[in-house]
Amino acid sequence: MPAYLDHASTTPLHPSARAALLAALDDGWADPARLYREGRRARMLLDAARETVAGVLGARADEVTFCSSGTGAGHLAVLGTAAARRRAGDLVLVSAVEHSSVLHAAERHERAGGRTATIGVDQHGRVDPASCVPPPGTALVSVQHANHEVGTIQPIAEIAAAMRAGGDGGPGSRVPLHTDAAMTVGCIPVDITALGADLLTASAHKFGGPPGVGILVVRAGTRWTNPMPADEREAGRAAGFPNLPAIVAAAAALHARAGELAAERERLGALTTQLRARLPALVDDVELLGDPDPAGRLPNLLVFSCLYVAGEALLGELDRAGIAVSSGSSCTSDSLTPSHVLVAMGALSHGNVRVSFGRESTAADLAALLDVLPGAVTAIRERAGAVGI
Amino acid sequence: MSETVDGRAPGGPDVVVDALGRHCPLPIIDLAKRFADVPVGGTVELFADDPAAPADVAAWCRLRDQELLGARDLPAGRAFLIRRTH
Repeated sequence: MPAYLDHASTTPLHPSARAALLAALDDGWADPARLYREGRRARMLLDAARETVAGVLGARADEVTFCSSGTGAGHLAVLGTAAARRRAGDLVLVSAVEHSSVLHAAERHERAGGRTATIGVDQHGRVDPASCVPPPGTALVSVQHANHEVGTIQPIAEIAAAMRAGGDGGPGSRVPLHTDAAMTVGCIPVDITALGADLLTASAHKFGGPPGVGILVVRAGTRWTNPMPADEREAGRAAGFPNLPAIVAAAAALHARAGELAAERERLGALTTQLRARLPALVDDVELLGDPDPAGRLPNLLVFSCLYVAGEALLGELDRAGIAVSSGSSCTSDSLTPSHVLVAMGALSHGNVRVSFGRESTAADLAALLDVLPGAVTAIRERAGAVGI
Repeated sequence: MSETVDGRAPGGPDVVVDALGRHCPLPIIDLAKRFADVPVGGTVELFADDPAAPADVAAWCRLRDQELLGARDLPAGRAFLIRRTH
């Protein structure tokens, strides 16, 4: 039986988002910057979407910017803060397990003459808040809310508190904290005020919105400037004619998800717990990755590595059975290098599988995976002569 | 370079496994297959140039409770020295 178990990569459009998208294609096609009736109607839809997103995330509407992707939002967050705080410092501190969008932005900052430094993680992929205290000359600290590969949730509120307690030279010099919340928004409750972050970024397609909508939240009072050429759109924070129907649909998805979170967390958490409990008995030499404490990881995601198994071969075997999962193993990447997340954790990088459940996942999907996985692993090990070693 | 057992020369490894040019997870499989030839307390040196080898050799030693003594650069790739603890 086929099973799509890669909801952490992207998840199907939420029914509420589909309805909103279709309605907004009819009602929200006009330019929201124009003052005639059609423009005003588009403007109202855009404003309502911004209010909705701000409300769910615990922000003010004028702190929310829509851009074209979560990756783009991450670039804007990192480079825009570094640009605005050039006189305060040129050091960008990022965790070792950040999404490539943040790492690429940090690399760009470095190529432009700035400095970057990396915050290490423990074997579960967790950052120690004490290691996030910024040294003098720091422009920005960026730590993701939850990891995209292993699901470990970072202690963002504790990191924000540690940053405030240490290295603070007064109100004007407080170093901003950016959190990439692409994995958590629409999955677990996310409130930027409770987190204590100054910037937050997210991606609509991760929570049942359409692709092509990134969310950038910059708290009032945070020094930030658009690092790209600007126009009058999005208060000068993100250029170009907005994809209004997609933005409206993203807000509808987020609003709907906010109402479903508690039940979904429990339902999907039960599937993950069951998979976690049964795997070691079904597959020899399997290493479960991520925080063993359910409170420290995403409820819908489980990652493991199978010793002596090529990740690419395992994905192929599962795909033939109609089961879609992803992998951080080097043989599944274009660059043929192992995942920087797995390497930073000191985890086994080959035979890696990420299973992620979503809104449409059922116990039947889990059963389908458990039916196929043990035999697939054994077959690959037998072909490689890697049985009994 | 071919696989050799160098006869427990003092200072040298008891077993050398050459996995240069082999892709993940084959270097780790090669290591595990030859590990039975390593006496308890003895050492094995694994040559590998796959980008995943540093991470996976360390993880294998952790999983199998063996001791990774260190690694050195080769003209291409790295040599990992592992002691058999049990």
